[in-house]
Amino acid sequence: MRTAASLALALAALMTTAAQAQVNVKIGVMSDMSGLYSDLGGPGSVVAAKMAVDDFNPAAHGMKVDIVSADMLNKPDVGANIARQWFDVDHVNVIVDVPNSGVALAVNEVAREKNKAFLVSGAASSDLTGAKCSPNTIHWTYDTWMLANGTGKALVKTGGDTWFFITADYAFGHALERDTTAVVTANGGKVLGSVNVPLGTPDFSSFLLQAQQSKAKIIGLANAGGDTINSIKQGSEFGITAGGQHFAGLLVFVSDVNALGLKVAQGLVLTETWYWDMNDANRAWTKRWQVERAGKFPTMIHAGVYSAITHYLKAVAELKSAEDGKVVVAKMKEMPTDDPLFGKGTIRADGRKVHPAYLFEVKKPEESKYPGDDYTQRSTIPADEAFRPLKDGNCPLVSAAK
Amino acid sequence: MGMAADPPVQQVRKDSERGLAVAFALTVAVLAVAPFMLYPVFLMQALCFALFACAFNLLIGYVGLLSFGHALFFGWASYLSAHAAKHWGFPPEAALLLATTCAAGLGVIAGGIAIRRQGIYFAMITLALAQMMYFVALRVPFTGGEDGIQDVRRGYLFGIFDLSNDLTMYVFVLLVVLAGFLFIYRIVNSPFGEVLKAIRENELRAVSLGYRTDRYKLVAFVLSATLAGLAGALKALVFHLASLTDVHWTMSGEVVLMTLVGGLGTLFGPVVGAFLIVALQNYLASFGQWVLVIQGSIFVVCVLAFRRGIIGKLGNALRVKL
Amino acid sequence: MVEIFGIPSQALLGQLLIGLINGSFYALLSLGLAVIFGMLNIINFTHGAQYMMGAFVAYLLLQYLGLNYWAALVVVPLLVGATGILIERLFLQRLRELDHLYGLILTFGLALIIEGLFRNYFGSSGRPYEIPAALQGGRNLGFMFLPNYRAWVIVFSLAICLATWFAIERTRLGSYLRAATENPALVRAFGINVPRMVTLTYGFGVGLAALAGVMAAPIYNVSPQMGSDLIIVVFAVVVIGGMGSILGAILTGFTLGIVEGLTKVFFPEASSTVIFVIMVIVLLVRPAGFFGRIA
Repeated sequence: MRTAASLALALAALMTTAAQAQVNVKIGVMSDMSGLYSDLGGPGSVVAAKMAVDDFNPAAHGMKVDIVSADMLNKPDVGANIARQWFDVDHVNVIVDVPNSGVALAVNEVAREKNKAFLVSGAASSDLTGAKCSPNTIHWTYDTWMLANGTGKALVKTGGDTWFFITADYAFGHALERDTTAVVTANGGKVLGSVNVPLGTPDFSSFLLQAQQSKAKIIGLANAGGDTINSIKQGSEFGITAGGQHFAGLLVFVSDVNALGLKVAQGLVLTETWYWDMNDANRAWTKRWQVERAGKFPTMIHAGVYSAITHYLKAVAELKSAEDGKVVVAKMKEMPTDDPLFGKGTIRADGRKVHPAYLFEVKKPEESKYPGDDYTQRSTIPADEAFRPLKDGNCPLVSAAK
Repeated sequence: MGMAADPPVQQVRKDSERGLAVAFALTVAVLAVAPFMLYPVFLMQALCFALFACAFNLLIGYVGLLSFGHALFFGWASYLSAHAAKHWGFPPEAALLLATTCAAGLGVIAGGIAIRRQGIYFAMITLALAQMMYFVALRVPFTGGEDGIQDVRRGYLFGIFDLSNDLTMYVFVLLVVLAGFLFIYRIVNSPFGEVLKAIRENELRAVSLGYRTDRYKLVAFVLSATLAGLAGALKALVFHLASLTDVHWTMSGEVVLMTLVGGLGTLFGPVVGAFLIVALQNYLASFGQWVLVIQGSIFVVCVLAFRRGIIGKLGNALRVKL
Repeated sequence: MVEIFGIPSQALLGQLLIGLINGSFYALLSLGLAVIFGMLNIINFTHGAQYMMGAFVAYLLLQYLGLNYWAALVVVPLLVGATGILIERLFLQRLRELDHLYGLILTFGLALIIEGLFRNYFGSSGRPYEIPAALQGGRNLGFMFLPNYRAWVIVFSLAICLATWFAIERTRLGSYLRAATENPALVRAFGINVPRMVTLTYGFGVGLAALAGVMAAPIYNVSPQMGSDLIIVVFAVVVIGGMGSILGAILTGFTLGIVEGLTKVFFPEASSTVIFVIMVIVLLVRPAGFFGRIA
């Protein structure tokens, strides 16, 4: 009798402690699943998220992790709507990815309002760690300042001291042009001119002609996606590189290079923070990723999603709760990061994840030995130089800390 | 003889009105209870689009003019309301009033240009005007470019009601939309509305009867634009943001879709259509990749088999003019 | 160096030539649309998607069957034109008696479906397609470097435009077609198979769109959204030229290319909007466009 009773009690105790110990976490991967950036983030980000959760092994930490995903259609209101619904109704604790600055800024505010976490891997705007910085948000992977600084500085130092910009005529393009101009002039270069091109223009011949006539050594492409691809494709047609000028792709991804083909894209100089073929760890990870995404190659955004979620789950495991976004993010900033893809790194007070950046050059077709062998690494920019200095960001969190 | 002829006509009209009153009462009842069962923000989104679709339907369903540029009024009113609330510190009712008045103004200008033409030319002019204003929205700092105007505070209605509470906001939105809906009902069922319908059926005949059809069309256009603007202004407050999506031509396309699915030229059609399409979009968000295909398929199916739309078919079955 | 408004005349000449090249592209693209509307009174919103299909089929033929650009120029319009015939038979025929509005909405829906399917399957980044070997390189004209492929675009577009115009306005088949547009019942009474002519004409218009797509593949990014970016501009061209008029579409296409080219030099930010401004002005002054027939 006694043994039965004590057994039952022990069992009950075990069960309650088990129930108490299990921490439920829901991760929301919000990306562009069907539009312009679906290859940069999209379904690939969901795969990366799943890999991060699997590798972390939630059961061993007494956690249960679910992943949901949604398509924000590159529209800020859709993104904000999904974020609200996820936070209010679906008990999502953290939103990841969002490869669109407008949407990211909107979600940033929602996360702040609802006190949940937001880990941006895809968006570029350096405002996320600047004027709009938030204690609930961490900006992973890259931003416009890093891009401008990486590519701009490196090119000026290697002789590309005169520039002409072809700029997509909207805020992102202007921001990219402005940041790169600052870097170029600070390093002794000169900007000979620029032209604003309406977003989505298919034909760049007129603007390329203007760039040719300026005789600038470097033609800076302050645009992204289809605009960049068209500029480069048509540039090769008009003999830009044959004439001695070089393109600087200020925001170029592996998927863009694949869309162009190496013959057209060769010689393009760009900055990224992760490339699948850089080392064995990256290659192994890529192989696993490709099981679900056959024929494609992961971009730095996918790697960022993996890295961010890994670190997030570590923080939640320590805190034993994912409810309070601010608390989790503070913990993430406290702990140094370490994952197979980005190695060791830190997260600053303004929410900026810091890691080295790399200058790449696109290979010539004859140099490429296998599919996906697109880049040669030209140089490394150490982590403390790659991102905007903390004091220059105008982030209220930083000035408040002082 | 005269007396024998009258009662059936009056009876039909009474039946129709009774049918409409029942439908209206049902709608209000459902909407009053809904926020306790469904997510209020979703409902508010659907209501704003319902008003937008009703405004659009006024033009296409009752005057016969297909406008491809209604996003102009919806989007710009949305921007004005957001900007006023955020940067100029307007209380919500003032922001709405300002935005709606400006939408009316835009309607006068756009209408003045577009009304002179009919059919596809009218549609193309409205599209062109909307495109021009889209590019203005893209470049001008007032609108915040592709980031849009974000973090808009809803404020206190009349200084008393805190609209940041979703339920309170819902009641406000519901009242405004219902008012708009009733206003449209009044327009349609009035001598003015009869002339509009006459113009839709046969404009030349209306002209020969002595009506200045251009004037009537312009007034209808401005009314449609104003109500579309009201919908946009409301939407900005509901979502705390105004963005380029609201002025893009695909927004004009969506309102066509909503009205078509619900039923062109019916009163309740656009409302039902709006709720359906908004629900579909929210539901499909997790199936991101198929959104375009599904929307396109709905268009095709509706045109081929379902031209009267849901409410049209329902109204036909019940023999009520819904 | 002579300067006009601050731009050296050499540069201006170069921009004008580029404008002409783009204009020939617009003309080719709007030709199909004008044929379909002028002859069939159908507003074909699917035109952009069919243009995109042309480019993709060319890419696929190269990728999987090794068919080069020159073969594609012939095969692709036939293949895509066949899908056009299918669309006409399955869908458009039923809408013949109804308001234009429905045809518009249907073709718009079809465009969404096609674009959605291609996006799902191919992603949105685009596929590479090279300029055929025979047309690579270019020559230096002194005031600019003219790629050979661009010169080819002008020549070929002009040829197709003139051939089409001739076929419709000057041949017997064309006259049957024009008669069938005005009075189908009467033409039928003469023993001519009007529905078949209509179907084939739609297929022809779609084929023209696909041909423009093949022309575009080597120079523009081959992506599922390439059509939707262009469709509105093309519509504007057709409307300005007059919706019933082939010649109107051709002339307007070329003119617009030049006007846009000049805008890109003096006021580049507005180069996307200038077409719409022109359209509104033209429609106010000449209600049916420059060469249009109906008011």
